[in-house]
This record gives sequence, structure tokens and C-alpha cells, in this order.
Amino acid sequence: MKYYDIVVIGGGPAGLAAAASAKRSGADSILILERDKELGGILNQCIHNGFGLHTFKEELTGPEYAGRFIEQVKELEIEYLLNTMVMDISPNKVVTAMNRTEGMFEVQAKAVILAMGCRERSRGALNIPGYRPAGIFSAGTAQRLVNMEGYMPGREVVILGSGDIGLIMARRMTLEGAKVKVVAELMPYSGGLKRNIVQCLDDFGIPLKLSHTVIDIEGKERVEGITLAQVDGKGKPIPGTEEHYTCDTLLLSCGLIPENELSRGIGVEMSPVTSGPLVNESLETSVEGVFACGNVLHVHDLVDFVSEEASAAGKNAVKYIKQLEAGADEAPAKEVKIVPVDGVRYTVPVTLNPEKMDDTLTVRFRVGGVYQNRYVAVYLDDERIYHKKRQIMAPGEMEQVKLEKEKLAKYPDLKTITIKLEEE
Amino acid sequence: MYDIVIIGAGVSGSAAARELSRYEASICVLEKGEDVCSGTSKANSAIVHAGFDAANGSLMAKLNVLGNQMMEQLSKDLDFPFVRNGSLVVCTDESTRAGLNDLYERGVKNGVPDLRIIERDELVEMEPNISDEAVAALYAPTGGIVCPFNLNIAMAENAYDNGVEFRFNTKVNGIRKEAEGFTIFTNNGEVRTRYIVNAAGVCADLIHNMVSENKITITPRRGDYCLLDKTAGTHVSHTVFALPTKMGKGILVSPTVHGNLLIGPTAVDIEDKEGTNTTREGLDEAISKSAITVKNIPMRQVITSFAGLRAHEAGHEFIIEEVKDAPGFIDCAGIESPGLTASPAIGVMVADILQEKMGLVKKENFISTRKGVLNPEDLSLEERNELIKKNPAYGNIICRCEMITEGEILDAIHRPLGARSLDGVKRRTRAGMGRCQAGFCSPRTMEILAREVPGFTMYDVTKSGGGSAIVVGTNKDRI
Repeated sequence: MKYYDIVVIGGGPAGLAAAASAKRSGADSILILERDKELGGILNQCIHNGFGLHTFKEELTGPEYAGRFIEQVKELEIEYLLNTMVMDISPNKVVTAMNRTEGMFEVQAKAVILAMGCRERSRGALNIPGYRPAGIFSAGTAQRLVNMEGYMPGREVVILGSGDIGLIMARRMTLEGAKVKVVAELMPYSGGLKRNIVQCLDDFGIPLKLSHTVIDIEGKERVEGITLAQVDGKGKPIPGTEEHYTCDTLLLSCGLIPENELSRGIGVEMSPVTSGPLVNESLETSVEGVFACGNVLHVHDLVDFVSEEASAAGKNAVKYIKQLEAGADEAPAKEVKIVPVDGVRYTVPVTLNPEKMDDTLTVRFRVGGVYQNRYVAVYLDDERIYHKKRQIMAPGEMEQVKLEKEKLAKYPDLKTITIKLEEE
Repeated sequence: MYDIVIIGAGVSGSAAARELSRYEASICVLEKGEDVCSGTSKANSAIVHAGFDAANGSLMAKLNVLGNQMMEQLSKDLDFPFVRNGSLVVCTDESTRAGLNDLYERGVKNGVPDLRIIERDELVEMEPNISDEAVAALYAPTGGIVCPFNLNIAMAENAYDNGVEFRFNTKVNGIRKEAEGFTIFTNNGEVRTRYIVNAAGVCADLIHNMVSENKITITPRRGDYCLLDKTAGTHVSHTVFALPTKMGKGILVSPTVHGNLLIGPTAVDIEDKEGTNTTREGLDEAISKSAITVKNIPMRQVITSFAGLRAHEAGHEFIIEEVKDAPGFIDCAGIESPGLTASPAIGVMVADILQEKMGLVKKENFISTRKGVLNPEDLSLEERNELIKKNPAYGNIICRCEMITEGEILDAIHRPLGARSLDGVKRRTRAGMGRCQAGFCSPRTMEILAREVPGFTMYDVTKSGGGSAIVVGTNKDRI
């Protein structure tokens, strides 16, 4: 069995940034295990621009953005294996993987970084009634066919769900010569970024129908049409609002689900809200020495924030190993809960130890609805230490606040940090 | 001229083909779909019924119990998944307990072994998630679950190995009685045969009525199902039925042989023999009624839904006999539940009828066994690595939800009657059957099909044959 300081599960943006950061922080041996034939993950099929504005202060395509991190990984001489599927991770950090050349093999890690990303919610999970013909694709599957293989999945398209991939694909399919008839969204607001609504729908005259869903799929062999209906406040279709669309393709962009089958296998505790692991300030899961970052932790909108989060995970994993090797005592086990209430759906992390946190800790969160002119407030127990107005907040846009170690140090008995929205 | 033409490559037709392939005869199976197991046989409860449901003295009862007895050995001979997990018919209302007793009596008369009525305490011990309303249950330890696809595929492959010919995408449009035998008119030309077995499922009435004045009607009775992720697969360990009603066996909750949880079916009589669309009402009914017998089913874990058509004949009885006004034409019609269970026995019965009529003689070299698609998960680590060394495709995972390798997909394509479509690969290997529902693996499986099937390009790769192509052109080809 081979031994590594850190094994990174996944060679997408999160895994690459985590590995590079870990190496720079002093880890000697790192191994990235990637199931696809190249590094870069889902970015390889995201050929549109708009990546890297925060990280590199320039606009890159997905493959270009991935390329920057792949270069770093190569320059840092980090080991990686491609076409390699991780089959299992044991709680004592033995990683079982498989590929064509080495068969099934095991590696022992001191720390594991989970960076497996997410998958798309399928038609089946949405439980849309109707026939099951060809022509129903998740937006990402269609994106792969078009952008990586050059094949058109259809000519006349209806898109259900206004997640970012769906919006991006509305534009892509239009540019490649298909007719995108409508984008329907179950919720009364879009799940995607505002800029994508403008650049991918508005600019091409593609209508977005909020509070609408697909209630029937026709066509026995290939999709021939779908029926849309308006939904009420509970998401139930309203009789009499049905509209029929002729189409040969239905794309689904109805949410992403962190891919945590391996994490569950290790016994990592999960959040029912994000479907990702519950982590502390170090992005460490409930299993010691197992860290998580990127979309496997919670679904992000911007890859820049994935890279940032993953870098922190890489650095923290090294810190963990160094402490392990030094046999140093753990920092006093002081755990402050971070509690989301009043419009805030979740936070990452969910706990923090003021002794172990960096000088500044970014807490990311999402809100549960569209809010205008609300204040984001942070309370240390009962005392409000942060209160800032945001013009607009929506579920499709991740929010963040920064907590400072210095400030928290003034509250030695701190038990709970509350993050909430306030009207004034 | 064939000795026997079998119309339909579902479980009945394939079972008949296998049993008849024991004899010296030229046999051809005509199937309108692009693959075996394309109709009712692919979309059902996947249950091997114990046999307490069918009326005493009925053919249904006899063949159910017989089929159940045969299934275990057959699953070994033909290498398909079968588990005798036992079934429970749950009574949730003390006032209907008599129904449970009736079922018990009927089952005993039908020859179902080891039946017993258990009380709530024992029931809760067996199934902790049983409804709080449950008062008692009929326990049938011989009930089981099976992979309906591989049962069907295995019988067909074995028939093929024993010389039976299969013609796919071949739809029967008409049949003419001749001085000797019949001429069958299809979209792929005429076929001459001495004998016909009508195993056309929901279309068996159409085929029957082509040769007989005594018309029959098969009503497609649609049932909607929901399939849940493997994380919900241990929610129950037995197949849990509600006490039956006139419209069927109620909504069942059962583990599948692949470790998922299945709930369904509803029962709605329809006209369209291809009407396999689910409906909102149907799915809602399946979901709400499943809670009658089992509590806390994690519905968020639904990964897909589907509808199947039962081939319901008004008399609710299997019709397996020579048609009186069409000598040489054998019906195998009205094969609704428990048809899947009964299929091995149906095959034997059809073969016996024809053996007697035709004086068929047994082959000396009948091959009685068949190996399924190799599942590397059944191997030890050493064996698996040996396999990968010999064939690296077994080290390449294509379907990451079900952990299916390229090696298995190649096996599914290149074996007798191999897969030609995504659904064909899925039924043989489970690739695409998992929680992402082929979102990740379908482009990869498409590439493999386009590469491996002689004459195929990406445009020939379909979901399930016919007009179900997945890609329709190249980027900007119409600009």
C-alpha cells in the first residue's frame, strides 16, 4: 500500500485548488484521484466565459480557468491519477480506487480532502409525469454532448428550471442553431445568477416563465411536446393554465445535488439542507482529518469561491497533519455554533473554534427567498456586531460574511453566532 | 418454413422459446421492439408471487405456484438475480381481518407452502417500518423478488444458444391460414410457419383476432410506479402488500434485487396499448397509498417513475391453449400478474402442448445453462484484479452510480442478442439505472455503442430503438 499525506478525491476546480494550496502549505506528498480522462472537472465543458473575475481579475472560459490551476498542480509536481474511480474511503483513511492499469488498489492517507462535486437532479427525481422518450436531458448532459462532442441533442427546446447551467444552455443551443422556446421555473424567482438571465435569455429574446412547471411529456419514442402550467404558492399546477409547446427536447436544470456517496461511506455527518457534510471552521467534517470543499460541500454559483474555499481546505489539512505529527495537543475543544435563522437557510461552516480559526473566516450562506433592502446581521450571542444592508438577495446568489478572530477573542464565553436577515 | 413462430419476446414468448428449444424444431421469435423485454415484462413489480391470490382451481393459481417453485433452480441455471425475501399481506383494519383468513385458505388450497398469519408484534419485529395501523398479516415465506429484465433476457439468450432465431423490429400486421400452417405478414416481409405461439402481451388480442372468429379483448391496465434510491432500499425487507381489492393487489412496497425500493402499481384501464405514460394522479396515488402499509417512506429519494401495462383479459385468467377455429395457433394470452412468476411454467405448458401436437423429439445437445453479464462486484479483490489485467475495460467505471464498468457494457453488447440501445445496456448491466439516471454515463455509453456495434454511428444510438435517437445532428449544421 502506498502512503500519502493527503489524498484529494476529485481533480476538478476544488480538488486542484486544494492540492495546490496544501503543497504550498508544506505537505510533502499529495495524490489527486480523478475519474475522468483529464483534470479540470466540469469546467472542461463550460466553454462560455465569465470565470475568474474574482480570482484573476479577468474573464476566462471554463477550460482556461481550469488550465490555470492544472498548470499550478503540474508546476508544484503534485501527483495525480486520471481515469481512476474511488470506490471506497474507510474512516481510517484508506482510499480504495480502481483504474485500467492498476486494477483495484489502496492508498493510506493522513488526511483526505473530499472534492467530488455534484450531480444534476434528474427527471425521475422531479417526478414529472408523462412518457419516457428520448430527448429528455439534464442540462449538463446536453452541455457535454454539444460542447465536448459537437452533437446537437435536439432542434426545438424547452428548458425546465432556471439554474445557471440551464440558462447557459439556452444561449448555447440558440447559438448552435436550435430554437429555445421557453424557460420555465417552478419558483417565483430564478435559481440562476442575474447576469445569466440577462446575457443568456433576455439578450436572445427567450421568455422566462416563473411559477411554471412541466406537467406532461408527450412522445413515445422521441419528445414531441410538453405541457406547461402555472403553479400556486405550494407549487401545485393551477387547472386551466395549461399551455402546450411542440418540441423535441426537454432540458432540465432543476438543481444540483452534492455527490456524497463516498462521504456517507466514511460516516461523515450530513446537512439535510445542503446535502453536503457538516463542517467546522477548518472545513473539516465530523470525521477527523477528512475535509470537504467545493460543490460536494455545498453548491456554489461561482468557481472563484470554490477555489478560495478549497485553498482553505488544503491549508487546513496540512495544519491538521502537522499537529498530528507533532503530537501537539488539540486546541481546546471549544465549539461555537453558527446558527442560520430568519431567512438564512444554511451556513458553511456550521461551527467554529475561535482558537483554530484563521485571522479572518469567511462564512458562506444562502437565503431562502428574494429579499430587497434587507440587512444581514451577525450576533455574537445577544450582541449584534454586523449589520449591513443588501439591495437584493436571492436564493440563486451565495452570500458571505467575514468573521475576525481578533473580534471573537473579546468574547471568551461565546456560545452561538447567529446570522439572520433583518428589515431594519 | 419454420416449424414454430413465437410472436413476442417478453417473458412468456422467451420462456416458450427456451422450453421449445429443448426439441428438434426450427423456431423463430418475432418481436416488434428492438430488444427482448420491451413491453410489459420490463415494467412491473418484479415480484415472484407465492400464489395465494389467484382463484382456487384456476390456471393462474396452478402456474403461479409452479413458476414460483421453478424460479430458484432457473435463476441458478440461467444466472439471473432472484431472492426469496418473503411477502406480507398487511391488514390495517380489524374489520377486514376475514379477508386475510380467506387469502390464507385460498393459498393453502392453491398449494402455497408455509403460509401463516402473524400478529402485529411479530410483524413489527419483521418490519419495523410497518404502519402503526397494521394489525396482522399473511406471511408467505416463498414470496420472492427477481430481476425481470435478466429473467427475460436469460431465457431468450438460452433459447438463442439452443438454435432459436430472433427477429427484432418486426411487427406482425396480418396472418393468413394456409393449407399447411400460416403466412405471417410483417413490416419486414412474410414469414411461413407450421405453428404459431401468440405471446404478444397487451397485443395478444390483435394477433388472436387475426385468425379466430371467437374474438378476445385484452385491456391494457396501466400501473404507475416510483423507484427509490438504494439509500431507501432497506426500508422494508419483505414485499409488503395491502389486502387486495377488486382492482388488483393494491400498492406494494418492496425491495428490489438491486437494492432499491419500489412502490406501486396503480390500476387504470386504458385503450392505448402503448400508453405507458405516468400521470400526476397515478404517481400521487402510488405515493399516498404506499403509506397505508409502510410508514416514513423517504419520498425525497425517488429516482425515477414509470408505468407498465398489464395484459388484462376480462375473465382474469391465463389463456394458454390451441385456438379452436385455428388449429396450430396456440394462444398465450391474458398473461397479467402473476405472469412474471408463472413464466417458467407457462413456457413448459406451451412446449408440452406443441410437443404433443407435433410429436417433437428432444435434442441430445440441449444447453441448459447460461452465464449472465459478469458482475465484478461478485469477485474477490484478487479475482477482480486478475480480470482487469486480462481485460482493462473492467477497470474503467462508466456508470458511477451503479459502479458499472466498460467491461460489463462490452459484454452486454457482444453477447448473443446483445444490447443495441441505451435501455438495452441498462437492462443488462444496470448502467444508467442509478440515482443520476444516466445523466453522467449516457454520453459515454453512447460512444461505446457507436464504436462497438457494427455499422453504428452516434446517430444510430437510440434510447430504445425506433425513432428514439439521442442526438439529431452536429453543432451549427442548420445555420
